[in-house]
Amino acid sequence: MSASLLANRYVIKVFPVVFVALIFIAWELLVWLTGIKSVILPPPSAVIYDLVTKFPLIWPHAVQTLYTTMVGFLGAIVVGVLLGALIGSSRLAYEAFYPVLIGFSSIPKVAVVPIFVLWFGVGTIPAILTSLVISFFPIVVNVATGLATTEPELEDVLRALGAKKRDILLKVGLPRAMPYFFASLKISVTLAFVGTVLSETVAANKGIGNVMMVASANYQTALAFGALLLLAIMGVILYGVFALLETRFAGWSQRKADLALQSH
Amino acid sequence: MDTTVDSGNAAATSGTTTVYPFIRFDDVSLRYGGPGGTLAVEGATIDIPKGGFVSIVGPSGCGKSTLLKMVSGLIAPTSGRVVVGGKPVTGPLGFVGMAFQNPTPLPWYSVIDNVMLPLRIVEPYRSTFRARYDEYRAKAEALLEMVGLRGFGEKKPWQLSGGMLQRASLCRALIHEPALLLLDEPFGALDAFTREELWQVLQELWLARRPTVMLITHDLAESVLLSETVFVMSARPGRLLHSEAVPFARPRGLDVMYEPEFVSMVHRLRTRIGNARADGMKGA
Repeated sequence: MSASLLANRYVIKVFPVVFVALIFIAWELLVWLTGIKSVILPPPSAVIYDLVTKFPLIWPHAVQTLYTTMVGFLGAIVVGVLLGALIGSSRLAYEAFYPVLIGFSSIPKVAVVPIFVLWFGVGTIPAILTSLVISFFPIVVNVATGLATTEPELEDVLRALGAKKRDILLKVGLPRAMPYFFASLKISVTLAFVGTVLSETVAANKGIGNVMMVASANYQTALAFGALLLLAIMGVILYGVFALLETRFAGWSQRKADLALQSH
Repeated sequence: MDTTVDSGNAAATSGTTTVYPFIRFDDVSLRYGGPGGTLAVEGATIDIPKGGFVSIVGPSGCGKSTLLKMVSGLIAPTSGRVVVGGKPVTGPLGFVGMAFQNPTPLPWYSVIDNVMLPLRIVEPYRSTFRARYDEYRAKAEALLEMVGLRGFGEKKPWQLSGGMLQRASLCRALIHEPALLLLDEPFGALDAFTREELWQVLQELWLARRPTVMLITHDLAESVLLSETVFVMSARPGRLLHSEAVPFARPRGLDVMYEPEFVSMVHRLRTRIGNARADGMKGA
């Protein structure tokens, strides 16, 4: 890649779009050239056609999935920040909770869906909970790590001034953890989608996950792919939203990236 | 600090009550990591008068920084006691200004907000921070001007050089007008010219406000130039080997450093440290 091409801001902005287009073209060509049956791998043209023509049918399900994901994700933020702040600021809490958290995060979340269904029945609540439990862990780890980056000298300065642990946490620790927090949000929001759809495919009668189950059961492969595509689009949009929030609230940590870009 | 009893250099006994200097280390020892741990400081006895400026020099790892942490109440001595302002230190004092080699600015604050950080924590500033913000900000600006950072208040820390950040760090340590200023190798990471300039800045600040200053340093010339008394510590476990009053008149310009008495004093201290190191090697 030539430096002059990268230096052009517009080229950088257009690049992702071009890349996606290239993938679609390659996919279309693959289907054409190999003659794979549409029921096994539909060409992207058919997928997009299905997505557009059946949009009124899919849309309520997309809204349902989005709603479930956001509620689960909000829960994950609350749980993640509280646990992360606790673990990051207390040695005792770290020793006590960390092994349990690691153990919990190692459990495949598909295994807990039946338990949620057992407790709350088929529907939205198991999906919200799955979305929550699958996405809170990166937030915990990052908030705890961010708190741990406070320089010991700065802590000494503040303690010598009579700052309480709470002062240091609120005035220094949490602001310092913000870049880590937002980095984890970008990962977690995509995980939250995974959790929702996982639960919807197992036990729900609404949502994108359910659409995919029904579509594949009826050999409507193009529709299943269309639902996948819609999920991907929603994921990218949410990622973008949190990337914007990151620039807004933790922009001070990003100037190095800007400088690096300019110096090329 | 109203309870402080002013006194001369050493503790004087008048009648039945002992009058303490502003800071007194009374046969202080500190062992890290419980019994059997590392003995960092052993039997240190130091008196520092109110408004005095002392330097503590010694080989690295001799427990100099540990002394500072004990004065500020961040750690408690294993034996002996530290008295500040007539009262034994039992916890963080809550008014001390500190600056380290690493200036540790908060990257999301502007320079002036960093300087004002202690005012968000120490009373009586804390509860009046919003109400009297303009007044405090003017105070911070005046300090920045004193250290040569006029007009840099709105900049972010990453836009400043290391020397400028260290100036701002000094301002942060002084903004709440602390009676006690603790400096742990604040100029250690700076280039020679910036360091010389900041020596002058620190001397001016001290002469203008007269806080009690404890300066930890590796630089003997720095200790002689800036302080009233220099204390030499031995290698670990840190013991007090030698103390010497600095006779030169204030304000001391950089020229004084080339006078024979100055050079010979630095040389004398250097020899003491050399001995301290050799002793440390023998002990190891």
